[in-house]
Amino acid sequence: MDLTLFMYLIPSLIMFGCGVYGFITRKNMIAIMISLELMLNSVDINFVLFNRYLFPGQMDGMFFTLFAIGIAAAETALALAIIINVFRIAKNVDINKITKLKF
Amino acid sequence: MESVGNIILYFIVAIAIIVFSVLTVTTRRILRSATYLLFVLFATAIIYFQMDYQFLGAVQIAVYAGGILVLFVFAIMLTQQPGKNAEPLASNKRWLGLIAALAGVAVCGYGLFSYADFGKRLLSGGVDVNMEKIGQFLLSTDKFGYLLPFEAISVLLLACIIGGVVIARRR
Repeated sequence: MDLTLFMYLIPSLIMFGCGVYGFITRKNMIAIMISLELMLNSVDINFVLFNRYLFPGQMDGMFFTLFAIGIAAAETALALAIIINVFRIAKNVDINKITKLKF
Repeated sequence: MESVGNIILYFIVAIAIIVFSVLTVTTRRILRSATYLLFVLFATAIIYFQMDYQFLGAVQIAVYAGGILVLFVFAIMLTQQPGKNAEPLASNKRWLGLIAALAGVAVCGYGLFSYADFGKRLLSGGVDVNMEKIGQFLLSTDKFGYLLPFEAISVLLLACIIGGVVIARRR
Protein backbone atom coordinates (compact mmCIF):
# COMPACT_ATOMS: atom_id res chain seq x y z
CA MET A 1 0.00 0.00 0.00
CA ASP A 2 1.33 3.39 -0.96
CA LEU A 3 0.65 6.78 0.52
CA THR A 4 -0.44 8.88 -2.43
CA LEU A 5 -1.18 12.59 -2.57
CA PHE A 6 -4.93 11.93 -2.53
CA MET A 7 -4.77 10.14 0.79
CA TYR A 8 -3.36 13.24 2.43
CA LEU A 9 -5.69 15.62 0.60
CA ILE A 10 -8.89 13.94 1.85
CA PRO A 11 -8.46 14.81 5.59
CA SER A 12 -7.48 18.33 4.56
CA LEU A 13 -10.63 18.65 2.42
CA ILE A 14 -12.84 17.43 5.27
CA MET A 15 -11.14 19.86 7.65
CA PHE A 16 -11.95 22.73 5.29
CA GLY A 17 -15.59 21.60 5.04
CA CYS A 18 -15.87 21.52 8.83
CA GLY A 19 -14.42 25.04 8.94
CA VAL A 20 -17.04 26.29 6.48
CA TYR A 21 -19.84 24.65 8.46
CA GLY A 22 -18.65 26.12 11.75
CA PHE A 23 -18.11 29.54 10.23
CA ILE A 24 -21.72 29.67 8.98
CA THR A 25 -23.53 28.13 11.93
CA ARG A 26 -21.68 29.35 15.02
CA LYS A 27 -22.95 32.36 16.93
CA ASN A 28 -20.10 32.96 19.35
CA MET A 29 -17.38 35.19 17.88
CA ILE A 30 -14.55 33.10 19.37
CA ALA A 31 -16.07 29.92 17.92
CA ILE A 32 -16.11 31.62 14.52
CA MET A 33 -12.41 32.42 14.93
CA ILE A 34 -11.75 28.76 15.78
CA SER A 35 -13.53 27.68 12.56
CA LEU A 36 -11.43 30.20 10.66
CA GLU A 37 -8.28 28.61 12.11
CA LEU A 38 -9.46 25.22 10.85
CA MET A 39 -9.79 26.57 7.31
CA LEU A 40 -6.40 28.31 7.41
CA ASN A 41 -4.78 25.16 8.71
CA SER A 42 -6.25 23.06 5.92
CA VAL A 43 -4.91 25.47 3.30
CA ASP A 44 -1.46 25.32 4.94
CA ILE A 45 -1.50 21.52 4.69
CA ASN A 46 -2.39 21.76 1.00
CA PHE A 47 0.52 24.12 0.28
CA VAL A 48 2.97 21.75 1.92
CA LEU A 49 1.54 18.64 0.26
CA PHE A 50 1.57 20.05 -3.27
CA ASN A 51 5.08 21.35 -2.78
CA ARG A 52 6.40 18.07 -1.41
CA TYR A 53 4.70 15.74 -3.88
CA LEU A 54 4.75 17.70 -7.14
CA PHE A 55 7.86 19.90 -6.77
CA PRO A 56 10.15 18.21 -4.25
CA GLY A 57 13.20 20.19 -5.33
CA GLN A 58 11.72 23.59 -4.48
CA MET A 59 10.64 25.16 -1.21
CA ASP A 60 7.99 27.69 -2.27
CA GLY A 61 5.00 25.97 -0.63
CA MET A 62 6.93 25.65 2.61
CA PHE A 63 7.67 29.37 2.69
CA PHE A 64 4.06 30.21 1.86
CA THR A 65 3.00 28.10 4.84
CA LEU A 66 5.62 29.73 7.03
CA PHE A 67 4.35 33.23 6.17
CA ALA A 68 0.71 32.11 6.43
CA ILE A 69 1.33 30.85 9.97
CA GLY A 70 2.91 34.18 10.93
CA ILE A 71 0.07 36.21 9.45
CA ALA A 72 -2.55 33.94 11.04
CA ALA A 73 -0.94 34.47 14.45
CA ALA A 74 -1.01 38.26 14.04
CA GLU A 75 -4.58 38.24 12.75
CA THR A 76 -5.84 36.03 15.58
CA ALA A 77 -4.20 38.19 18.23
CA LEU A 78 -5.82 41.35 16.85
CA ALA A 79 -9.23 39.70 16.39
CA LEU A 80 -9.25 38.38 19.94
CA ALA A 81 -8.27 41.82 21.25
CA ILE A 82 -11.22 43.31 19.35
CA ILE A 83 -13.56 40.59 20.65
CA ILE A 84 -12.50 41.20 24.26
CA ASN A 85 -13.01 44.93 23.77
CA VAL A 86 -16.50 44.30 22.35
CA PHE A 87 -17.23 42.12 25.37
CA ARG A 88 -16.10 44.90 27.69
CA ILE A 89 -18.65 47.26 26.11
CA ALA A 90 -21.58 45.00 25.17
CA LYS A 91 -21.16 42.26 27.84
CA ASN A 92 -21.52 39.42 25.36
CA VAL A 93 -19.87 38.05 22.22
CA ASP A 94 -22.97 36.76 20.45
CA ILE A 95 -23.05 38.02 16.86
CA ASN A 96 -26.86 38.10 16.84
CA LYS A 97 -26.98 40.47 19.78
CA ILE A 98 -24.23 42.85 18.70
CA THR A 99 -25.94 44.86 15.99
CA LYS A 100 -24.98 48.42 16.77
CA LEU A 101 -21.79 49.77 15.29
CA LYS A 102 -21.99 52.94 17.34
CA PHE A 103 -22.60 52.97 21.06
CA MET B 1 6.12 0.67 -0.88
CA GLU B 2 5.98 2.57 2.36
CA SER B 3 7.05 1.17 5.69
CA VAL B 4 4.31 -0.26 7.90
CA GLY B 5 4.93 2.28 10.65
CA ASN B 6 4.45 5.15 8.22
CA ILE B 7 1.10 3.75 7.05
CA ILE B 8 -0.14 3.21 10.61
CA LEU B 9 0.93 6.75 11.51
CA TYR B 10 -0.90 8.07 8.45
CA PHE B 11 -4.16 6.36 9.43
CA ILE B 12 -3.91 7.59 13.02
CA VAL B 13 -3.32 11.16 11.81
CA ALA B 14 -6.07 11.05 9.17
CA ILE B 15 -8.68 9.66 11.54
CA ALA B 16 -7.65 12.12 14.26
CA ILE B 17 -7.95 15.06 11.85
CA ILE B 18 -11.37 14.01 10.56
CA VAL B 19 -12.88 13.15 13.97
CA PHE B 20 -11.50 16.13 15.85
CA SER B 21 -12.35 18.69 13.18
CA VAL B 22 -15.95 17.47 13.13
CA LEU B 23 -16.03 17.62 16.94
CA THR B 24 -14.52 21.12 16.90
CA VAL B 25 -17.48 22.55 15.01
CA THR B 26 -20.24 20.43 16.56
CA THR B 27 -19.50 20.50 20.29
CA ARG B 28 -21.64 22.83 22.36
CA ARG B 29 -18.97 23.85 24.86
CA ILE B 30 -16.52 26.31 23.44
CA LEU B 31 -13.58 25.38 25.69
CA ARG B 32 -13.86 21.80 24.44
CA SER B 33 -13.96 23.15 20.92
CA ALA B 34 -10.60 24.86 21.54
CA THR B 35 -9.18 21.64 22.98
CA TYR B 36 -10.23 19.64 19.92
CA LEU B 37 -8.64 22.33 17.75
CA LEU B 38 -5.39 21.69 19.64
CA PHE B 39 -5.52 18.01 18.65
CA VAL B 40 -6.14 18.94 15.01
CA LEU B 41 -3.12 21.25 15.08
CA PHE B 42 -0.91 18.53 16.56
CA ALA B 43 -2.03 16.09 13.86
CA THR B 44 -1.15 18.72 11.25
CA ALA B 45 2.31 19.05 12.78
CA ILE B 46 2.74 15.28 12.46
CA ILE B 47 1.89 15.54 8.74
CA TYR B 48 4.61 18.19 8.38
CA PHE B 49 7.10 15.93 10.13
CA GLN B 50 6.11 13.06 7.85
CA MET B 51 6.77 15.26 4.83
CA ASP B 52 10.35 15.87 6.09
CA TYR B 53 9.70 19.54 6.87
CA GLN B 54 10.92 19.42 10.46
CA PHE B 55 11.27 23.18 10.82
CA LEU B 56 7.68 23.72 9.70
CA GLY B 57 6.39 21.15 12.17
CA ALA B 58 8.30 22.86 14.97
CA VAL B 59 6.88 26.24 13.91
CA GLN B 60 3.38 24.76 13.80
CA ILE B 61 3.67 23.42 17.35
CA ALA B 62 5.35 26.53 18.74
CA VAL B 63 3.17 29.19 17.11
CA TYR B 64 -0.20 27.49 16.73
CA ALA B 65 -0.36 25.06 19.62
CA GLY B 66 1.77 27.16 21.94
CA GLY B 67 0.71 30.68 21.05
CA ILE B 68 -2.65 30.93 19.33
CA LEU B 69 -4.33 28.22 21.41
CA VAL B 70 -3.27 29.93 24.64
CA LEU B 71 -4.75 33.19 23.31
CA PHE B 72 -7.99 31.37 22.51
CA VAL B 73 -8.18 29.82 25.96
CA PHE B 74 -7.54 33.22 27.58
CA ALA B 75 -10.26 34.87 25.48
CA ILE B 76 -12.73 32.07 26.24
CA MET B 77 -12.02 32.24 29.97
CA LEU B 78 -12.46 36.02 29.94
CA THR B 79 -15.76 36.04 28.06
CA GLN B 80 -17.67 32.85 28.97
CA GLN B 81 -19.24 31.76 32.22
CA PRO B 82 -17.79 28.35 33.11
CA GLY B 83 -19.98 25.35 32.35
CA LYS B 84 -22.43 27.27 30.20
CA ASN B 85 -23.45 25.59 26.97
CA ALA B 86 -24.00 27.41 23.75
CA GLU B 87 -27.62 27.91 22.79
CA PRO B 88 -28.96 25.34 20.34
CA LEU B 89 -28.91 26.49 16.75
CA ALA B 90 -31.93 27.34 14.70
CA SER B 91 -32.47 24.33 12.49
CA ASN B 92 -32.79 26.21 9.19
CA LYS B 93 -29.39 27.84 9.77
CA ARG B 94 -27.82 24.50 10.58
CA TRP B 95 -29.17 22.97 7.38
CA LEU B 96 -27.94 25.96 5.41
CA GLY B 97 -24.43 25.54 6.83
CA LEU B 98 -24.48 21.80 6.27
CA ILE B 99 -25.58 22.19 2.66
CA ALA B 100 -22.95 24.86 1.98
CA ALA B 101 -20.16 22.78 3.52
CA LEU B 102 -21.20 19.54 1.80
CA ALA B 103 -21.59 21.28 -1.57
CA GLY B 104 -18.12 22.78 -1.24
CA VAL B 105 -16.57 19.45 -0.26
CA ALA B 106 -18.39 17.67 -3.10
CA VAL B 107 -17.26 20.16 -5.75
CA CYS B 108 -13.64 20.14 -4.51
CA GLY B 109 -13.61 16.36 -4.20
CA TYR B 110 -15.00 15.90 -7.69
CA GLY B 111 -12.44 18.33 -9.06
CA LEU B 112 -9.63 16.47 -7.33
CA PHE B 113 -10.66 13.00 -8.36
CA SER B 114 -11.38 13.90 -11.97
CA TYR B 115 -7.73 14.97 -12.32
CA ALA B 116 -6.58 11.58 -11.18
CA ASP B 117 -3.09 11.59 -12.65
CA PHE B 118 -1.25 13.94 -10.33
CA GLY B 119 -3.00 12.61 -7.24
CA LYS B 120 -1.38 9.19 -7.64
CA ARG B 121 2.14 10.60 -7.26
CA LEU B 122 4.31 9.04 -4.61
CA LEU B 123 6.73 10.63 -2.23
CA SER B 124 10.08 10.91 -3.97
CA GLY B 125 13.30 10.54 -1.98
CA GLY B 126 14.01 12.49 1.18
CA VAL B 127 14.43 16.21 0.60
CA ASP B 128 17.12 18.07 2.45
CA VAL B 129 15.52 21.05 4.17
CA ASN B 130 17.98 22.15 6.80
CA MET B 131 18.04 25.38 8.75
CA GLU B 132 20.99 26.80 6.80
CA LYS B 133 19.10 26.49 3.52
CA ILE B 134 15.92 28.03 4.99
CA GLY B 135 17.86 30.98 6.39
CA GLN B 136 19.62 31.62 3.10
CA PHE B 137 16.35 31.50 1.17
CA LEU B 138 14.65 33.84 3.65
CA LEU B 139 17.33 36.50 3.40
CA SER B 140 18.33 36.31 -0.27
CA THR B 141 17.25 38.60 -3.09
CA ASP B 142 17.79 36.00 -5.81
CA LYS B 143 15.12 34.48 -8.01
CA PHE B 144 13.72 32.24 -5.26
CA GLY B 145 14.62 34.56 -2.40
CA TYR B 146 12.09 35.72 0.15
CA LEU B 147 13.62 38.92 1.52
CA LEU B 148 10.71 41.17 0.48
CA PRO B 149 7.93 39.10 2.14
CA PHE B 150 10.21 38.69 5.15
CA GLU B 151 10.51 42.46 5.55
CA ALA B 152 6.82 42.99 4.75
CA ILE B 153 5.74 40.58 7.45
CA SER B 154 7.99 42.33 9.96
CA VAL B 155 6.18 45.62 9.17
CA LEU B 156 2.86 43.76 9.49
CA LEU B 157 3.82 42.44 12.91
CA LEU B 158 4.83 45.94 14.00
CA ALA B 159 1.44 47.26 12.85
CA CYS B 160 -0.19 44.39 14.77
CA ILE B 161 1.67 45.31 17.97
CA ILE B 162 0.65 48.96 17.65
CA GLY B 163 -2.93 47.95 16.87
CA GLY B 164 -3.04 45.67 19.91
CA VAL B 165 -1.83 48.47 22.16
CA VAL B 166 -4.36 50.94 20.72
CA ILE B 167 -7.28 48.50 21.01
CA ALA B 168 -6.46 47.33 24.52
CA ARG B 169 -5.79 50.81 25.93
CA ARG B 170 -8.35 52.16 28.39
CA ARG B 171 -10.08 55.30 27.21
